[in-house]
Amino acid sequence: MEKNINLTLKVWRQNSPKDKGGFETYQVKDISTGSSFLELLDVLNEQLINEGKEPVAFDHDCREGICGMCSLYINGHPHGPDSEITTCQLHMRKFNDGDTIWIEPWRSAGFPVIKDLIVDRDAFDKIIAAGGYVSVNTGGVPDGNAIPIPKDNADESMDAASCIGCGACVAACKNGSAMLFVSAKASQLALLPQGKVEAARRAKNMVARMDDLGFGNCTNTGACEVECPKGISIAHIARLNREYLSAKLQD
Amino acid sequence: MSSLLCSSIGKKLLMGLSGLFLMMFLLIHLTVNSLLLIPDGGDTFNAAAHFMATNPFIAVVEPLLAIGFIVHIVWGILLTLQNRKARGSARYASGNKTKGVTWASQNMLILGITLFAFLVLHVAHFWVKMKLTGDPLLNDVTVNIAGVPTEVENAYALINATFAELWVVIVYVVAGIGLALHLSHGFWSSFQTIGFSNDIWRKRLTILGNVYAWFVGIGFSLIALLQYLFFQG
Ligand code: HEM
Ligand code: SF4
Ligand code: FES
Repeated sequence: MEKNINLTLKVWRQNSPKDKGGFETYQVKDISTGSSFLELLDVLNEQLINEGKEPVAFDHDCREGICGMCSLYINGHPHGPDSEITTCQLHMRKFNDGDTIWIEPWRSAGFPVIKDLIVDRDAFDKIIAAGGYVSVNTGGVPDGNAIPIPKDNADESMDAASCIGCGACVAACKNGSAMLFVSAKASQLALLPQGKVEAARRAKNMVARMDDLGFGNCTNTGACEVECPKGISIAHIARLNREYLSAKLQD
Repeated sequence: MSSLLCSSIGKKLLMGLSGLFLMMFLLIHLTVNSLLLIPDGGDTFNAAAHFMATNPFIAVVEPLLAIGFIVHIVWGILLTLQNRKARGSARYASGNKTKGVTWASQNMLILGITLFAFLVLHVAHFWVKMKLTGDPLLNDVTVNIAGVPTEVENAYALINATFAELWVVIVYVVAGIGLALHLSHGFWSSFQTIGFSNDIWRKRLTILGNVYAWFVGIGFSLIALLQYLFFQG
Protein backbone atom coordinates (compact mmCIF):
# COMPACT_ATOMS: atom_id res chain seq x y z
CA MET A 1 0.00 0.00 0.00
CA GLU A 2 1.09 3.52 -0.65
CA LYS A 3 2.00 5.56 2.36
CA ASN A 4 4.17 8.52 3.18
CA ILE A 5 7.63 8.26 4.72
CA ASN A 6 10.15 10.65 6.27
CA LEU A 7 13.80 10.30 5.33
CA THR A 8 17.25 11.64 6.10
CA LEU A 9 19.32 12.22 2.97
CA LYS A 10 23.11 12.41 2.89
CA VAL A 11 23.86 14.01 -0.45
CA TRP A 12 27.27 14.62 -2.05
CA ARG A 13 27.64 18.33 -2.87
CA GLN A 14 30.52 19.60 -4.93
CA ASN A 15 30.57 22.98 -6.62
CA SER A 16 33.00 22.29 -9.43
CA PRO A 17 35.39 19.58 -10.65
CA LYS A 18 38.20 21.09 -8.57
CA ASP A 19 36.14 21.66 -5.42
CA LYS A 20 36.80 19.18 -2.60
CA GLY A 21 33.12 18.49 -1.96
CA GLY A 22 31.41 16.84 0.97
CA PHE A 23 28.15 15.40 2.24
CA GLU A 24 25.18 17.57 3.24
CA THR A 25 22.37 16.21 5.37
CA TYR A 26 18.75 17.01 4.45
CA GLN A 27 15.43 15.98 6.01
CA VAL A 28 12.52 15.30 3.69
CA LYS A 29 8.98 14.65 4.91
CA ASP A 30 5.87 12.96 3.54
CA ILE A 31 7.48 11.25 0.57
CA SER A 32 4.97 8.97 -1.15
CA THR A 33 6.22 5.38 -1.45
CA GLY A 34 4.58 5.43 -4.88
CA SER A 35 6.98 8.07 -6.14
CA SER A 36 10.28 7.41 -7.86
CA PHE A 37 13.74 8.16 -6.55
CA LEU A 38 14.21 11.07 -8.94
CA GLU A 39 10.88 12.50 -7.78
CA LEU A 40 12.31 12.38 -4.27
CA LEU A 41 15.18 14.52 -5.50
CA ASP A 42 12.70 16.85 -7.22
CA VAL A 43 10.93 17.31 -3.88
CA LEU A 44 14.25 17.94 -2.18
CA ASN A 45 15.24 20.51 -4.80
CA GLU A 46 11.93 22.35 -4.50
CA GLN A 47 12.48 22.48 -0.76
CA LEU A 48 16.02 23.81 -1.27
CA ILE A 49 14.87 26.44 -3.77
CA ASN A 50 12.15 27.59 -1.35
CA GLU A 51 14.82 27.93 1.32
CA GLY A 52 16.88 30.04 -1.08
CA LYS A 53 19.55 27.35 -1.40
CA GLU A 54 21.19 25.90 -4.48
CA PRO A 55 19.37 22.76 -5.76
CA VAL A 56 21.23 19.45 -6.10
CA ALA A 57 22.54 18.84 -9.63
CA PHE A 58 21.84 15.32 -10.96
CA ASP A 59 21.59 13.72 -14.40
CA HIS A 60 18.30 12.47 -15.82
CA ASP A 61 16.33 12.51 -19.04
CA CYS A 62 13.82 9.84 -20.07
CA ARG A 63 12.87 8.73 -16.55
CA GLU A 64 11.77 5.38 -17.92
CA GLY A 65 14.97 3.38 -17.92
CA ILE A 66 15.97 3.68 -21.54
CA CYS A 67 18.25 6.66 -22.03
CA GLY A 68 21.07 5.90 -19.57
CA MET A 69 21.33 9.46 -18.29
CA CYS A 70 20.44 8.88 -14.64
CA SER A 71 23.22 7.62 -12.42
CA LEU A 72 23.60 7.88 -8.60
CA TYR A 73 25.27 5.49 -6.19
CA ILE A 74 22.63 4.85 -3.54
CA ASN A 75 23.27 3.04 -0.26
CA GLY A 76 26.15 0.94 -1.56
CA HIS A 77 24.81 0.18 -5.04
CA PRO A 78 24.94 1.91 -8.42
CA HIS A 79 21.26 2.61 -9.29
CA GLY A 80 20.28 1.73 -5.72
CA PRO A 81 19.34 -1.44 -3.85
CA ASP A 82 16.85 -2.90 -6.37
CA SER A 83 18.19 -5.16 -9.12
CA GLU A 84 18.12 -4.70 -12.91
CA ILE A 85 16.61 -1.23 -12.87
CA THR A 86 17.93 2.28 -13.31
CA THR A 87 17.75 4.99 -10.65
CA CYS A 88 14.78 6.58 -12.41
CA GLN A 89 12.89 3.28 -12.08
CA LEU A 90 13.73 2.89 -8.40
CA HIS A 91 10.66 3.33 -6.25
CA MET A 92 10.48 4.83 -2.81
CA ARG A 93 8.62 1.73 -1.60
CA LYS A 94 12.09 0.14 -1.44
CA PHE A 95 12.78 2.35 1.60
CA ASN A 96 11.32 2.52 5.09
CA ASP A 97 10.16 5.39 7.23
CA GLY A 98 13.12 6.91 9.10
CA ASP A 99 15.80 5.49 6.74
CA THR A 100 18.98 7.36 6.03
CA ILE A 101 19.85 7.32 2.32
CA TRP A 102 23.37 8.02 1.05
CA ILE A 103 23.44 9.52 -2.44
CA GLU A 104 26.80 9.70 -4.19
CA PRO A 105 28.11 10.27 -7.71
CA TRP A 106 29.78 7.47 -9.75
CA ARG A 107 33.33 7.15 -8.45
CA SER A 108 36.01 6.28 -10.97
CA ALA A 109 39.00 8.15 -12.35
CA GLY A 110 37.44 7.79 -15.82
CA PHE A 111 34.30 9.63 -14.68
CA PRO A 112 35.36 12.88 -12.94
CA VAL A 113 32.68 14.76 -11.00
CA ILE A 114 31.44 17.89 -12.77
CA LYS A 115 29.05 19.12 -10.11
CA ASP A 116 27.30 17.48 -7.16
CA LEU A 117 26.03 14.13 -8.47
CA ILE A 118 26.83 14.70 -12.14
CA VAL A 119 29.91 13.01 -13.57
CA ASP A 120 31.54 13.43 -16.95
CA ARG A 121 30.78 10.31 -19.02
CA ASP A 122 32.18 11.67 -22.30
CA ALA A 123 34.74 8.87 -22.23
CA PHE A 124 31.97 6.44 -23.25
CA ASP A 125 31.11 8.55 -26.28
CA LYS A 126 34.76 8.63 -27.26
CA ILE A 127 34.93 4.83 -27.11
CA ILE A 128 31.82 4.58 -29.31
CA ALA A 129 33.32 7.09 -31.74
CA ALA A 130 36.39 4.86 -32.02
CA GLY A 131 34.42 1.98 -33.54
CA GLY A 132 31.02 1.31 -32.01
CA TYR A 133 29.19 1.67 -35.31
CA VAL A 134 28.72 0.12 -38.75
CA SER A 135 30.52 2.21 -41.40
CA VAL A 136 28.21 1.75 -44.34
CA ASN A 137 24.54 2.51 -44.47
CA THR A 138 22.89 -0.90 -44.45
CA GLY A 139 19.75 0.44 -46.12
CA GLY A 140 16.14 -0.06 -45.12
CA VAL A 141 14.74 -3.00 -43.19
CA PRO A 142 15.65 -6.10 -45.23
CA ASP A 143 13.13 -8.81 -46.02
CA GLY A 144 12.73 -11.05 -42.98
CA ASN A 145 14.44 -14.11 -44.39
CA ALA A 146 16.84 -12.43 -46.83
CA ILE A 147 19.77 -12.63 -44.42
CA PRO A 148 19.47 -15.70 -42.20
CA ILE A 149 20.61 -15.01 -38.64
CA PRO A 150 20.80 -17.85 -36.11
CA LYS A 151 18.29 -17.32 -33.33
CA ASP A 152 20.98 -17.56 -30.64
CA ASN A 153 23.01 -14.79 -32.28
CA ALA A 154 19.96 -12.59 -32.70
CA ASP A 155 19.05 -13.07 -29.04
CA GLU A 156 22.53 -12.39 -27.74
CA SER A 157 22.89 -9.37 -29.96
CA MET A 158 19.59 -7.98 -28.68
CA ASP A 159 20.65 -8.62 -25.10
CA ALA A 160 23.92 -6.77 -25.69
CA ALA A 161 22.07 -3.95 -27.41
CA SER A 162 20.04 -3.31 -24.29
CA CYS A 163 23.08 -1.60 -22.74
CA ILE A 164 22.10 2.03 -22.20
CA GLY A 165 25.62 3.32 -21.57
CA CYS A 166 24.87 4.47 -18.04
CA GLY A 167 28.29 3.61 -16.60
CA ALA A 168 27.08 1.68 -13.55
CA CYS A 169 29.49 -1.08 -14.53
CA VAL A 170 32.45 1.27 -14.16
CA ALA A 171 31.01 2.69 -10.95
CA ALA A 172 30.74 -0.80 -9.45
CA CYS A 173 34.17 -2.00 -10.56
CA LYS A 174 37.08 -2.08 -8.14
CA ASN A 175 39.36 -1.74 -11.17
CA GLY A 176 37.53 1.14 -12.83
CA SER A 177 37.16 -1.07 -15.89
CA ALA A 178 34.76 -0.31 -18.74
CA MET A 179 34.89 -3.80 -20.22
CA LEU A 180 31.22 -4.64 -19.70
CA PHE A 181 30.12 -1.55 -21.61
CA VAL A 182 32.70 -1.95 -24.37
CA SER A 183 32.02 -5.65 -24.79
CA ALA A 184 28.26 -5.08 -25.00
CA LYS A 185 28.73 -2.37 -27.62
CA ALA A 186 31.11 -4.54 -29.64
CA SER A 187 28.99 -7.71 -29.32
CA GLN A 188 25.68 -6.19 -30.37
CA LEU A 189 27.23 -5.47 -33.78
CA ALA A 190 29.70 -8.34 -34.11
CA LEU A 191 26.95 -10.95 -33.72
CA LEU A 192 25.01 -9.74 -36.76
CA PRO A 193 26.04 -10.11 -40.42
CA GLN A 194 26.06 -6.35 -41.08
CA GLY A 195 28.36 -5.70 -38.14
CA LYS A 196 30.53 -8.78 -38.39
CA VAL A 197 32.49 -7.43 -41.36
CA GLU A 198 34.19 -4.82 -39.21
CA ALA A 199 34.32 -6.87 -36.02
CA ALA A 200 38.10 -7.20 -35.81
CA ARG A 201 38.81 -3.53 -36.51
CA ARG A 202 36.05 -2.46 -34.13
CA ALA A 203 37.39 -4.59 -31.27
CA LYS A 204 40.92 -3.25 -31.74
CA ASN A 205 39.92 0.40 -31.98
CA MET A 206 37.44 0.39 -29.12
CA VAL A 207 39.81 -1.41 -26.76
CA ALA A 208 42.70 0.90 -27.71
CA ARG A 209 40.53 3.94 -26.99
CA MET A 210 39.32 2.45 -23.72
CA ASP A 211 42.93 1.89 -22.63
CA ASP A 212 43.98 5.42 -23.71
CA LEU A 213 41.22 6.92 -21.63
CA GLY A 214 42.66 5.25 -18.54
CA PHE A 215 40.01 2.66 -17.73
CA GLY A 216 41.30 -0.33 -15.76
CA ASN A 217 42.05 -3.94 -16.65
CA CYS A 218 39.19 -6.36 -16.10
CA THR A 219 39.95 -9.06 -13.51
CA ASN A 220 36.65 -10.88 -13.96
CA THR A 221 35.21 -10.17 -10.50
CA GLY A 222 31.75 -9.77 -12.06
CA ALA A 223 30.51 -6.86 -9.91
CA CYS A 224 29.54 -4.99 -13.11
CA GLU A 225 27.15 -7.70 -14.22
CA VAL A 226 25.43 -7.79 -10.81
CA GLU A 227 24.86 -4.03 -10.76
CA CYS A 228 24.10 -3.50 -14.46
CA PRO A 229 20.50 -2.24 -14.76
CA LYS A 230 20.12 -4.22 -17.98
CA GLY A 231 21.62 -7.50 -16.77
CA ILE A 232 24.37 -7.47 -19.43
CA SER A 233 26.36 -10.72 -19.07
CA ILE A 234 30.13 -10.85 -18.73
CA ALA A 235 30.02 -13.57 -21.39
CA HIS A 236 30.27 -10.56 -23.75
CA ILE A 237 33.63 -9.74 -22.13
CA ALA A 238 34.89 -13.23 -23.02
CA ARG A 239 33.69 -12.65 -26.60
CA LEU A 240 35.51 -9.31 -26.79
CA ASN A 241 38.69 -10.89 -25.40
CA ARG A 242 38.39 -13.60 -28.05
CA GLU A 243 37.79 -11.17 -30.88
CA TYR A 244 40.50 -8.78 -29.78
CA LEU A 245 43.14 -11.47 -29.29
CA SER A 246 42.45 -13.19 -32.59
CA ALA A 247 42.40 -9.84 -34.40
CA LYS A 248 45.76 -8.87 -32.91
CA LEU A 249 47.32 -12.26 -33.60
CA GLN A 250 46.28 -11.98 -37.26
CA ASP A 251 48.03 -8.61 -37.65
CA MET B 1 52.69 -7.88 -31.25
CA SER B 2 54.15 -5.23 -28.93
CA SER B 3 50.93 -3.25 -29.08
CA LEU B 4 49.08 -6.42 -28.10
CA LEU B 5 51.15 -6.88 -24.96
CA CYS B 6 50.78 -3.21 -24.00
CA SER B 7 46.99 -3.35 -24.23
CA SER B 8 44.79 -4.18 -21.26
CA ILE B 9 43.63 -7.45 -22.81
CA GLY B 10 47.20 -8.35 -23.82
CA LYS B 11 48.50 -7.85 -20.30
CA LYS B 12 45.67 -9.94 -19.00
CA LEU B 13 46.57 -12.60 -21.58
CA LEU B 14 50.04 -12.88 -20.03
CA MET B 15 48.41 -13.16 -16.61
CA GLY B 16 46.02 -15.86 -17.79
CA LEU B 17 48.60 -17.88 -19.72
CA SER B 18 51.17 -17.76 -16.93
CA GLY B 19 48.44 -18.72 -14.47
CA LEU B 20 47.35 -21.66 -16.63
CA PHE B 21 50.95 -22.79 -16.96
CA LEU B 22 51.50 -22.60 -13.20
CA MET B 23 48.30 -24.55 -12.61
CA MET B 24 49.52 -27.33 -14.90
CA PHE B 25 52.82 -27.40 -13.07
CA LEU B 26 51.02 -27.67 -9.72
CA LEU B 27 49.18 -30.77 -10.89
CA ILE B 28 52.43 -32.53 -11.80
CA HIS B 29 54.05 -31.35 -8.59
CA LEU B 30 51.16 -32.72 -6.53
CA THR B 31 51.27 -36.05 -8.34
CA VAL B 32 54.95 -36.53 -7.52
CA ASN B 33 54.41 -35.33 -3.93
CA SER B 34 51.63 -37.85 -3.40
CA LEU B 35 54.37 -40.54 -3.56
CA LEU B 36 55.53 -39.17 -0.20
CA LEU B 37 52.58 -41.01 1.28
CA ILE B 38 53.74 -44.47 0.16
CA PRO B 39 55.02 -46.14 3.35
CA ASP B 40 58.25 -47.58 1.90
CA GLY B 41 60.75 -45.33 3.60
CA GLY B 42 60.67 -42.97 0.65
CA ASP B 43 62.11 -45.31 -1.99
CA THR B 44 59.42 -44.68 -4.60
CA PHE B 45 59.51 -40.95 -3.99
CA ASN B 46 63.31 -40.86 -4.24
CA ALA B 47 63.20 -42.82 -7.47
CA ALA B 48 60.63 -40.37 -8.89
CA ALA B 49 62.64 -37.37 -7.69
CA HIS B 50 65.72 -38.87 -9.30
CA PHE B 51 63.83 -39.29 -12.56
CA MET B 52 62.63 -35.66 -12.40
CA ALA B 53 66.09 -34.32 -11.57
CA THR B 54 67.84 -36.17 -14.39
CA ASN B 55 65.19 -35.76 -17.05
CA PRO B 56 66.18 -33.36 -19.89
CA PHE B 57 62.52 -32.31 -20.22
CA ILE B 58 62.60 -30.99 -16.67
CA ALA B 59 65.83 -29.10 -17.40
CA VAL B 60 63.87 -27.12 -20.00
CA VAL B 61 60.80 -26.71 -17.84
CA GLU B 62 62.59 -25.41 -14.75
CA PRO B 63 63.72 -22.07 -16.25
CA LEU B 64 60.32 -21.79 -17.95
CA LEU B 65 58.73 -22.19 -14.56
CA ALA B 66 60.88 -19.41 -13.11
CA ILE B 67 59.88 -17.17 -16.04
CA GLY B 68 56.25 -18.14 -15.54
CA PHE B 69 56.36 -17.10 -11.90
CA ILE B 70 58.20 -13.86 -12.63
CA VAL B 71 55.82 -12.84 -15.43
CA HIS B 72 52.81 -13.71 -13.29
CA ILE B 73 54.05 -11.81 -10.25
CA VAL B 74 55.37 -8.74 -12.09
CA TRP B 75 52.27 -8.38 -14.27
CA GLY B 76 49.99 -9.14 -11.35
CA ILE B 77 51.46 -6.25 -9.38
CA LEU B 78 51.54 -3.99 -12.44
CA LEU B 79 47.90 -4.65 -13.32
CA THR B 80 46.77 -4.14 -9.74
CA LEU B 81 48.58 -0.80 -9.52
CA GLN B 82 47.11 0.37 -12.83
CA ASN B 83 43.68 -0.70 -11.69
CA ARG B 84 43.94 1.25 -8.46
CA LYS B 85 44.84 4.32 -10.49
CA ALA B 86 41.93 3.75 -12.87
CA ARG B 87 39.58 3.38 -9.94
CA GLY B 88 40.81 6.64 -8.38
CA SER B 89 41.18 7.52 -4.74
CA ALA B 90 37.62 8.58 -3.92
CA ARG B 91 35.70 5.92 -2.00
CA TYR B 92 31.98 5.40 -1.55
CA ALA B 93 30.83 6.57 1.87
CA SER B 94 27.98 4.05 1.75
CA GLY B 95 30.44 1.23 1.03
CA ASN B 96 30.11 -1.53 -1.50
CA LYS B 97 27.10 -3.77 -1.02
CA THR B 98 27.24 -5.63 -4.34
CA LYS B 99 26.18 -9.23 -3.72
CA GLY B 100 27.45 -12.37 -5.38
CA VAL B 101 31.05 -11.23 -5.91
CA THR B 102 33.52 -13.70 -4.41
CA TRP B 103 35.98 -12.50 -1.78
CA ALA B 104 38.83 -14.25 -3.58
CA SER B 105 38.19 -12.38 -6.83
CA GLN B 106 38.62 -9.07 -5.04
CA ASN B 107 41.75 -10.06 -3.14
CA MET B 108 43.91 -11.75 -5.75
CA LEU B 109 46.95 -9.61 -5.02
CA ILE B 110 46.85 -10.22 -1.26
CA LEU B 111 46.42 -13.94 -1.86
CA GLY B 112 49.22 -13.81 -4.42
CA ILE B 113 51.58 -12.06 -2.01
CA THR B 114 50.82 -14.74 0.60
CA LEU B 115 51.69 -17.37 -1.99
CA PHE B 116 54.89 -15.51 -2.83
CA ALA B 117 55.95 -15.40 0.83
CA PHE B 118 55.34 -19.14 1.00
CA LEU B 119 57.24 -19.66 -2.23
CA VAL B 120 60.37 -17.99 -0.81
CA LEU B 121 60.28 -20.27 2.23
CA HIS B 122 59.55 -23.32 0.11
CA VAL B 123 62.45 -22.63 -2.25
CA ALA B 124 64.78 -22.02 0.71
CA HIS B 125 63.70 -25.30 2.34
CA PHE B 126 64.15 -27.57 -0.63
CA TRP B 127 65.41 -26.14 -3.91
CA VAL B 128 68.33 -24.23 -2.36
CA LYS B 129 69.45 -27.25 -0.35
CA MET B 130 69.03 -29.70 -3.21
CA LYS B 131 70.54 -27.60 -5.99
CA LEU B 132 72.94 -25.21 -4.30
CA THR B 133 74.10 -25.76 -0.74
CA GLY B 134 73.50 -29.48 -0.26
CA ASP B 135 72.52 -31.02 3.08
CA PRO B 136 73.81 -34.04 5.05
CA LEU B 137 70.28 -35.49 5.02
CA LEU B 138 70.50 -35.75 1.23
CA ASN B 139 73.34 -38.33 1.28
CA ASP B 140 72.83 -40.97 -1.40
CA VAL B 141 70.74 -44.05 -0.81
CA THR B 142 70.32 -47.05 -3.08
CA VAL B 143 66.92 -47.75 -4.56
CA ASN B 144 65.81 -50.26 -7.13
CA ILE B 145 64.73 -48.56 -10.31
CA ALA B 146 63.20 -51.08 -12.72
CA GLY B 147 65.26 -53.81 -11.07
CA VAL B 148 68.53 -51.85 -11.31
CA PRO B 149 70.02 -50.75 -7.95
CA THR B 150 70.72 -47.00 -8.36
CA GLU B 151 72.38 -44.44 -6.13
CA VAL B 152 69.99 -41.51 -5.67
CA GLU B 153 69.81 -38.41 -3.50
CA ASN B 154 67.72 -38.98 -0.37
CA ALA B 155 65.28 -36.12 -0.98
CA TYR B 156 62.72 -37.97 1.11
CA ALA B 157 64.86 -37.65 4.25
CA LEU B 158 65.12 -33.87 3.85
CA ILE B 159 61.39 -33.48 3.28
CA ASN B 160 60.51 -35.82 6.11
CA ALA B 161 62.78 -33.91 8.50
CA THR B 162 61.37 -30.54 7.37
CA PHE B 163 57.83 -31.73 8.04
CA ALA B 164 58.81 -32.87 11.53
CA GLU B 165 58.38 -29.27 12.64
CA LEU B 166 54.90 -28.13 13.52
CA TRP B 167 55.32 -24.52 12.40
CA VAL B 168 56.38 -25.65 8.92
CA VAL B 169 53.28 -27.80 8.64
CA ILE B 170 51.06 -24.92 9.77
CA VAL B 171 52.62 -22.64 7.14
CA TYR B 172 51.98 -25.28 4.48
CA VAL B 173 48.37 -25.72 5.49
CA VAL B 174 47.74 -21.95 5.46
CA ALA B 175 49.49 -21.63 2.08
CA GLY B 176 47.40 -24.53 0.75
CA ILE B 177 44.19 -22.74 1.72
CA GLY B 178 45.53 -19.48 0.23
CA LEU B 179 46.31 -21.33 -2.99
CA ALA B 180 42.84 -22.86 -3.10
CA LEU B 181 41.26 -19.43 -2.71
CA HIS B 182 43.54 -17.85 -5.34
CA LEU B 183 42.67 -20.56 -7.80
CA SER B 184 38.97 -20.73 -6.92
CA HIS B 185 38.80 -17.45 -8.83
CA GLY B 186 41.97 -17.80 -10.92
CA PHE B 187 40.99 -21.00 -12.70
CA TRP B 188 37.81 -19.82 -14.38
CA SER B 189 39.19 -16.29 -14.71
CA SER B 190 42.13 -17.43 -16.82
CA PHE B 191 39.75 -19.10 -19.27
CA GLN B 192 37.57 -16.00 -19.40
CA THR B 193 40.70 -13.92 -20.06
CA ILE B 194 41.83 -15.98 -23.03
CA GLY B 195 38.29 -15.78 -24.39
CA PHE B 196 37.27 -19.35 -23.69
CA SER B 197 34.01 -18.83 -21.89
CA ASN B 198 30.34 -18.03 -22.37
CA ASP B 199 27.25 -18.29 -20.19
CA ILE B 200 27.30 -22.10 -20.26
CA TRP B 201 31.05 -22.63 -19.95
CA ARG B 202 31.27 -20.13 -17.15
CA LYS B 203 29.18 -22.40 -14.91
CA ARG B 204 31.21 -25.44 -15.90
CA LEU B 205 34.54 -23.67 -15.43
CA THR B 206 33.55 -22.29 -12.04
CA ILE B 207 32.63 -25.76 -10.79
CA LEU B 208 35.70 -27.36 -12.35
CA GLY B 209 37.87 -24.53 -11.00
CA ASN B 210 36.60 -24.98 -7.46
CA VAL B 211 37.16 -28.72 -7.64
CA TYR B 212 40.68 -28.19 -8.99
CA ALA B 213 41.53 -25.41 -6.54
CA TRP B 214 40.46 -27.28 -3.40
CA PHE B 215 41.83 -30.58 -4.62
CA VAL B 216 45.27 -29.04 -5.15
CA GLY B 217 45.16 -26.78 -2.08
CA ILE B 218 43.98 -29.47 0.32
CA GLY B 219 46.24 -32.01 -1.41
CA PHE B 220 49.46 -30.12 -0.64
CA SER B 221 48.29 -29.29 2.90
CA LEU B 222 47.32 -32.87 3.61
CA ILE B 223 50.64 -34.31 2.47
CA ALA B 224 52.50 -31.99 4.86
CA LEU B 225 50.05 -32.79 7.66
CA LEU B 226 50.17 -36.57 7.17
CA GLN B 227 53.96 -36.47 6.98
CA TYR B 228 53.97 -34.71 10.35
CA LEU B 229 51.42 -37.02 11.96
CA PHE B 230 52.23 -40.47 10.64
CA PHE B 231 55.64 -40.54 8.96
CA GLN B 232 57.96 -39.44 11.75
CA GLY B 233 60.42 -41.70 13.63
C1 HEM C 1 51.39 -21.31 -7.61
C2 HEM C 1 51.21 -20.13 -7.83
C3 HEM C 1 50.15 -19.40 -8.60
C4 HEM C 1 49.20 -19.85 -9.48
C5 HEM C 1 48.97 -21.25 -9.97
C6 HEM C 1 48.43 -18.68 -9.89
C7 HEM C 1 47.38 -18.70 -10.77
C8 HEM C 1 46.63 -17.60 -11.14
C9 HEM C 1 45.58 -17.59 -12.12
C10 HEM C 1 45.13 -18.79 -12.93
C11 HEM C 1 45.10 -16.32 -12.20
C12 HEM C 1 43.97 -15.81 -13.09
C13 HEM C 1 44.53 -15.12 -14.30
C14 HEM C 1 43.48 -14.41 -15.12
O1 HEM C 1 42.52 -13.85 -14.58
O2 HEM C 1 43.59 -14.40 -16.35
C15 HEM C 1 45.82 -15.52 -11.26
C16 HEM C 1 45.61 -14.17 -11.04
C17 HEM C 1 46.39 -13.38 -10.22
N1 HEM C 1 47.54 -13.79 -9.55
FE1 HEM C 1 48.21 -15.67 -9.39
N2 HEM C 1 48.92 -17.58 -9.26
C18 HEM C 1 49.97 -17.97 -8.47
C19 HEM C 1 50.80 -17.18 -7.70
C20 HEM C 1 50.70 -15.80 -7.62
C21 HEM C 1 51.66 -14.99 -6.96
C22 HEM C 1 52.93 -15.47 -6.25
C23 HEM C 1 51.24 -13.72 -7.09
C24 HEM C 1 52.02 -12.58 -6.51
C25 HEM C 1 51.87 -11.39 -6.45
C26 HEM C 1 49.98 -13.73 -7.84
C27 HEM C 1 49.21 -12.63 -8.16
C28 HEM C 1 48.05 -12.67 -8.91
C29 HEM C 1 47.19 -11.53 -9.15
C30 HEM C 1 47.39 -10.12 -8.63
C31 HEM C 1 46.14 -11.98 -9.97
C32 HEM C 1 44.95 -11.18 -10.46
C33 HEM C 1 45.31 -10.45 -11.69
C34 HEM C 1 44.25 -10.43 -12.75
O3 HEM C 1 43.28 -11.21 -12.69
O4 HEM C 1 44.40 -9.62 -13.65
N3 HEM C 1 49.70 -15.03 -8.16
N4 HEM C 1 46.77 -16.32 -10.64
S1 SF4 D 1 26.82 -2.53 -19.44
FE1 SF4 D 1 25.08 -2.17 -18.04
S2 SF4 D 1 25.98 -0.92 -16.41
FE2 SF4 D 1 27.41 -0.82 -18.11
S3 SF4 D 1 26.85 1.00 -19.27
FE3 SF4 D 1 25.72 -0.72 -20.21
S4 SF4 D 1 23.74 -0.74 -19.14
FE4 SF4 D 1 25.09 0.55 -17.89
S1 FES E 1 16.64 8.87 -16.82
FE1 FES E 1 16.79 7.71 -18.66
S2 FES E 1 17.42 5.80 -17.90
FE2 FES E 1 17.06 6.87 -16.05
